[in-house]
Amino acid sequence: MSSLQLLWFFLIGLLFSVFFFLEGFDYGVGMALRLIAHNEQERGELMQSIGPHWDGNEVWLITAGGAMFASFPYWYASLFSGFYIILFLTLFALILRGVSFEFRAHALSPAGKKLWGWALSIGSLCAPFLLGMMFTDLVKGMPLDAGGNIRGGFGDYVNLFSIVGGVAVALLCLLHGLNFIRLKLTGELRQRAQALTKILYPVLFVGLVAFAGLLLWQTDFFSKRPLSSWLLLILIVLLSVVATYGAYRDKEGLSFIASGATLIGVVALLFNGLFPRVMVGNDPLHSILIANASSTEYTLGVMTIVAAILVPIVLAYTIWSYFVFNQRVDTKKVVSDK
Amino acid sequence: MLVLGVSMLSLARFQFAMTTIFHFFFVPFSIGMALLTAIMETIYVFKRDDDYKKMAKFWGKIFLLSFAVGVVTGIIQEFQFGMNWSDYSRFMGDIFGAPLAIEALLAFFLESVFIGMWMFTWDRFKPGIHALFIWLVTLGSSISALWILTANSFMQNPVAYRIANGRAEMASFSGLLKNPQLWVEFPHVIFGAFTTAAFALAGMSAWRLLKHENKTFYHKSLRVGLWVGLVAAILTVAVGDLQTQQVIKDQPMKFAATEGIYKDSGNPASWSVVQGFDTKNKKVTWSIEVPRMLSLLTYHKATGSVKGMDTINKELHAKYDGKYGSAINYYVPPKTLFWSFRIMAGSGMFFILIAVLGLWFSRAKKNTLQNQRWLLYVLGISLWLPFIANTCGWLITELGRFPWIVYGLYTIADAVSPSVTAGDLWFSNIMYFLIFTLLGGTMIYFAHRTLVAGPDALDGTGYADTTVDPLSKGAFSHE
Ligand code: HEM
Repeated sequence: MSSLQLLWFFLIGLLFSVFFFLEGFDYGVGMALRLIAHNEQERGELMQSIGPHWDGNEVWLITAGGAMFASFPYWYASLFSGFYIILFLTLFALILRGVSFEFRAHALSPAGKKLWGWALSIGSLCAPFLLGMMFTDLVKGMPLDAGGNIRGGFGDYVNLFSIVGGVAVALLCLLHGLNFIRLKLTGELRQRAQALTKILYPVLFVGLVAFAGLLLWQTDFFSKRPLSSWLLLILIVLLSVVATYGAYRDKEGLSFIASGATLIGVVALLFNGLFPRVMVGNDPLHSILIANASSTEYTLGVMTIVAAILVPIVLAYTIWSYFVFNQRVDTKKVVSDK
Repeated sequence: MLVLGVSMLSLARFQFAMTTIFHFFFVPFSIGMALLTAIMETIYVFKRDDDYKKMAKFWGKIFLLSFAVGVVTGIIQEFQFGMNWSDYSRFMGDIFGAPLAIEALLAFFLESVFIGMWMFTWDRFKPGIHALFIWLVTLGSSISALWILTANSFMQNPVAYRIANGRAEMASFSGLLKNPQLWVEFPHVIFGAFTTAAFALAGMSAWRLLKHENKTFYHKSLRVGLWVGLVAAILTVAVGDLQTQQVIKDQPMKFAATEGIYKDSGNPASWSVVQGFDTKNKKVTWSIEVPRMLSLLTYHKATGSVKGMDTINKELHAKYDGKYGSAINYYVPPKTLFWSFRIMAGSGMFFILIAVLGLWFSRAKKNTLQNQRWLLYVLGISLWLPFIANTCGWLITELGRFPWIVYGLYTIADAVSPSVTAGDLWFSNIMYFLIFTLLGGTMIYFAHRTLVAGPDALDGTGYADTTVDPLSKGAFSHE
C-alpha cells in the first residue's frame, strides 16, 4: 500500500465524515418536521433554517462518490453496483427531498404544502437509514465473487445488524438536526426540540449498545483492530453523553458539536474496521484491498494536488456562507434594540 | 440474460438514455437562465432601472425551479456509472473519475453555496455584490459543463492514455484537457445552453405579450432573450461547423450516417436536404439534393468526395477484427442520425432568423412587435425547440459512437454491471420513469403558474422578497 493510497482512503473517510456532519442535521430537520412542528407555518420555519445550506451540504456526498470513483474505481464499481437497490432507493429519497424545498415554496394550497413537506420528511428519514444499512453491510462482509462483484440475496442486504445500523444512523441524524434547531430557532420550536432530545438520547444509548454488540458479534473489528475499535466506540458513547449533558444544561452549541462529532466517530469506526480493505468479502480471499483497488499513482497524485488547492477554498466560502447567515442575528438585534 | 425479450444491456442503455436526456432538459436551461439572470441584474446595477431588478427576481424564480430538478437528476448521473456500468468504471476509472471529482469540487460547491447566498440576501448586500453571486453561479455551472465534457470527450476521442493492467490509465492530465474534441464540444454545448435559455425566455415572454400583459416588462425581457439568443445561436452554429470537421476526422462513420451516405459520394459531392432510407438493404430510396453542397460542408471547398458507410464499415472491420472479431456491426443507426442532425442544424439557422426578426420589429425607434402576432406565435412555439435540438445533438453524439462506449477501446456490451439483474433494472427504470413524469410535470406546472401570475404577484415562494432572515434568532418569534 502506497502512502497516496493510504491518504486517499483517509480522504474518502473524511469526505463522508463532513457529509454526515453537515447533511446529517439537514436530514434531522427534515424528520423533525413530523415530530415538533404543529402546523404548516412551523414546518416552513424549520425548512427555512436549512434553506440556504442543504444543497451545498449534499454536494459533499456527490464529492465523496466522485472522489471514490477517481481514487478507487474498483471500490466504486463494486460498492455501487453491489448495493444497487439500496442506492437506487437512496437516490429516490434524495430526489424527493431535493425538490421539496422549491416545490413546497411554489405550492399555494395547504394540501400541496403538506405533500412536499412529507416528501422532505420521508426522504430525510430514508436517506440516512439506507446509507446506514449500506455501510453496516459493507463492514459485516458481503458475498463477493472473484471479480469483485457482490452476488448477494435479500438477507445479505437486509438483516438485524443492518437494520440496527440504519436506525442508529437515522437516529443520530435526527438528534443532530434537533440540536441544530435548538441552535438556530427560538421560541416554542426550540423548546420542543430540546424536550425531544431529552427523550431520544436514552433511546440512542440503547441503540448504541445494540449496535456495539452486533459489531462485536458480526464483524472482525475487535479481533483485527481491538484497541482502536474500542477507543472509537468509547469515544462515540462519550460524545453522546456530552450531547445529552448539553441538552439538560441548555448548552445547544455543545450538543450540536457533540452530535456532529458522534456521526464522524461512527464513520471513523467503520473506516477503521474496514482498513486495509475497501470491500469485505465473506470469503476473505475475495475481499478488495486498498492496495489493489486504486487508480494509478499518477492519477492519485493529480487528485492530491487538485484537492490540496480546492478543498481549502471550498471550506473557506462554505464557512463564510454560514457566517453570513449568522451575522444577521446581531445586526438585527442591534437595529431593533436602538 | 433475457427477461421479457429485453436484454440487460438494452435496459441499462435505456436507463442511461432516459436519465441523461431528462437531466439534460434542465442543465442547459439552468446554465443559460443563470447567465440571463446575471445579465439582467447587472443591467440593473449599472442603469438602476428597477424593471431589470424585477426581471432578475422573476426569471430567477423559474431558474431556481429548473435548477432544483437539475440537481436531483444530476446525482443519478454521478451514481449510475458505478451502479449500471461497473465494468466500464473499472476499465475507465483511472481517467474518468478525476474530472467527475473535480467537477464536484470546483463547480458544484460554487453553484450550490452561491445559489443559497443569492436567494436569501437580496436586501443584505450592495446590488453589485449581490449580482456577483449569480455570476459565480453562472461560472460554477459552466465549469461543471467543462469537466463533464472533458470526460465525455475522452469517450469520443481517447487521448493521453495507455492501456495497462487491463484498463485505460491516464498518461497525462494536461493531455486530457488538451483533447481537441473537448475544445469544440464544450463551446458547442455551452453556447447551445445559452441559446436554449434565451429562446425559452423569449418564447415565454412572447406568450405573455400575446396576452397583452405587462408589456414593458415582457418587452424588455424578450429583447434581452433575443440579443443573447442571437449571439449564442451564431456561436453555436459556428462551433458546430468546427465540430463537424472533428467528427469527419475522428469518427467518419458517425459523419457518413448524419449525411445518410452508404456509397462513397461522387466528386463534387451533392448534399441531401431530405431523403428516404431502406436500412435493410442499405440504400437511399429517394432524395432532394443540392449539388456541391456536401463538398462545401465537409471540406469548405467546391470539390472533394465523401466516404460512405459501406466503405467505412470495411475499413473498421479491417482495423478492429483482429481484436474484436468479425461479428461486430459497425453501422450506426442512419435514420436517427440523419434526421437528428437536420433538426438540430435546422433549428440553429431558424433561431438566428427569428432573433433577427424579433429584434428588428421590437427596435426602440419603431416598435411594432405587438402588431406582428404571427411572429409572437412563432417565438412562443419555438420555446420548445432548443430542448429538441439539444436532445438531437446528444443522440448523434452518443448513438453515433456505436458500438463503442470509449471509441476504439471498449465496447458498450462489455461495460455493463455483471452483478445487476434485469429485475433490478426493470424496477429502477419504471420508478425513474414515474418520478421523472412527476418532476417534469410539476416543474412545468409551477413555471407556467409563475409566468401567468406575472412579476408583480405576491407569491408563496417568498424567496425573491424575503426580508426576514431565515436564520436570525427572533426571525420567527411571532407573539
Ligand atoms: C448548423 C448548426 C449546427 C451544427 C453544424 C452542429 C453540429 C454538431 C455536431 C457535428 C455534433 C456531434 C458532435 C460529436 O458527435 O462529437 C453536435 C452535437 C450537439 N449539438 Fe449541434 N450543431 C448545430 C446546432 C446546434 C444547436 C442550435 C444546438 C442547441 C441549441 C445544438 C446542440 C448540440 C448538442 C447538445 C450536442 C451534443 C454534444 C456535443 O457533442 O457537442 N447544436 N452538433
